[in-house]
Amino acid sequence: MLEIKNLHARIVDDGTEIIRGLNLTVKAGEVAAIMGPNGSGKSTLSYILAGREDYEVTEGDILYNGQSILEMDPAERATSGIFLAFQYPMEIPGVATMEFLKVAMNEQRKARGEEPLKIPEFLKRVKEAAASLSMDMAMLKRPLNVGFSGGEKKRAEILQMKLLEPKLCVLDETDSGLDIDALKIVSDGVNALRAPDRAFLVITHYQRLLEHIVPDSVHVLYKGQVIKSGDKSLALDLEANGYAGVIGEAA
Amino acid sequence: MNMHTQPQRTPAETALIDAFGDRLSLLPGDGAVMLKRDDAIEAIKHGLPTRRVESWHYTDLRRLLSVVPDFDPTALAKAVAPIVEGSAVLPVLNGKSEAKVPAIDGVAVQSLSEKLIDGSIAPGLDPYGSDDAIGALNTAFVADGYFVDIADGAELEKPIELQNLQAGGQTHVRLAVRVGAGAKAVIVERQAGDGAALVSSVSQLVLGEGAEVTWLIVQEQPEMATHLAQFKAHIGKNAKLTLFVMNAGGKLVRQEVMVKTTGEGADFKLRGINLLAGDTHSDVTMVLDHAVPHTTSTEIIRNVVTGKARGVFQGRINVHQYAQKTNAKMACNTLLLSDDGEFSTKPELEIFADDVVCGHGATVTEIDHDHLFYLMARGVDEKSARGLLVKAFVAEVIEELDDETIVEALEARLDEWFVTHG
Repeated sequence: MLEIKNLHARIVDDGTEIIRGLNLTVKAGEVAAIMGPNGSGKSTLSYILAGREDYEVTEGDILYNGQSILEMDPAERATSGIFLAFQYPMEIPGVATMEFLKVAMNEQRKARGEEPLKIPEFLKRVKEAAASLSMDMAMLKRPLNVGFSGGEKKRAEILQMKLLEPKLCVLDETDSGLDIDALKIVSDGVNALRAPDRAFLVITHYQRLLEHIVPDSVHVLYKGQVIKSGDKSLALDLEANGYAGVIGEAA
Repeated sequence: MNMHTQPQRTPAETALIDAFGDRLSLLPGDGAVMLKRDDAIEAIKHGLPTRRVESWHYTDLRRLLSVVPDFDPTALAKAVAPIVEGSAVLPVLNGKSEAKVPAIDGVAVQSLSEKLIDGSIAPGLDPYGSDDAIGALNTAFVADGYFVDIADGAELEKPIELQNLQAGGQTHVRLAVRVGAGAKAVIVERQAGDGAALVSSVSQLVLGEGAEVTWLIVQEQPEMATHLAQFKAHIGKNAKLTLFVMNAGGKLVRQEVMVKTTGEGADFKLRGINLLAGDTHSDVTMVLDHAVPHTTSTEIIRNVVTGKARGVFQGRINVHQYAQKTNAKMACNTLLLSDDGEFSTKPELEIFADDVVCGHGATVTEIDHDHLFYLMARGVDEKSARGLLVKAFVAEVIEELDDETIVEALEARLDEWFVTHG
């Protein structure tokens, strides 16, 4: 489903190269965990997948279902089924959450050639998704993410993911800022979406999240490259011994 | 030999002076009113204000007012549906009030021409000062409008919508409202039309003790109209006035707001949105006098500038020497969406009291790229995402009004603007 080939990318503003020859393949139905120390390029990778303009790909390619996405803008990538759950979801004053959800869902439906959702059906879907994430509907009456706690923002991201039904879900440190209860709710939300035709890229610092969202593969990112791949036992190994050993092997 | 030191009159100045001569016999008013008209036209004969007059520095009226259309008695303006359904509508069509207006409980309505003829409006016709060109223009030519008297203690269930609708030519209208002690009302001042008119419109409002009024100015003149307007209010003891100004049209627009707190405990809120497009010039100029102790005010202005539009906000807060414990805050935020557009902000605080809290701030920004990315990352295309963000920027000010019916009505006007200019 996702094939990243010899990807090189830098920050547009100052030219700093962050991704330096990254290779990664994720199959449909797979949950791939990306781990790595601070500054290894994990968040950058997620932004590049979503199409943020602050980064520029200088070499290599990203294929999604066999097609390069490099020329697509963030909206086109999203409507083709790529979803990024942000590490720090933006607060957008003045944009009503419900209005935003309706616009986003209908834009995606439009891209698939479907009719806009009728209001009752839209409300039903939002209510069901919110209930499954133990979210209060009153929260959704507020402007988008404004005044949400860290945990509420993360839940709101998963809520959007549920409603938009993407095919490739990129979760950028979704566990950060969550207490144990919230972590369980969010993980259950993600697990409920696991499907043979859907893939996940779960970016995290800690093994903790991977106890709840059990990965099929684990990849260690360091200095903009995948330096080691393995199964879920690799995450346990990292938890016990830290990154130093793996980095040492690669060097 | 007499030397003329005055520069040559502009065609607009000449047209105004000639029009006054032509119209004089048709203008209603008793002796006192007619004397004030004479004084007013004398002021215009001295010339329209230029950028050298401080209060007109960013709006050089002499240069910008290039064309003054003739009066057009045949022009037909039609009343429009009020922005809030069920409102009592008082229309002024092409400068004339209607003989038959809806009856409203606790409210007496008179045509302004009657008040001019009996002279009772005369004291209100004095211009604010030597630089009050709009006041002078209106006093010289005003022929009609309404006088609305809201009885003490009356609580109006539905808004009153004062409509000033033009169909070309010139219209000079005055809308005077007195709100009795403890009365509550929502008043909509609708300024619109479909001609290349020159409009002067002066609203005067007096709030009695404990009265509460929300006054909404919705200005949607067509792109060729000149709209020169003034809103003057006195806020009495413990009275509250919320003034909302939406400027969404006109070629040359100046909306002046002159407010004085005259009783302790008076509160004033100004909320404004300027939606500026095309090759236009719009100016909102406020002079607020905190004249007695213990009064409060906040002013928030949000501007969206597209195309080659130029906008101005001047906000002057005078805190008089004995007006201790004044609390006043002013903010002006601009979203600049085009390289050819511009916005000038001039906040001024003149404080003669020593125990007050006053502040002001101004920002000019572009669309936040992080916000844009977030919306696009959910599949919203760039144009729609920008639209959502621009609308959000101004909608925030509308939503503060806290009355769902009014918020919806104003958001509908906002949507209307975005349909044409988005």
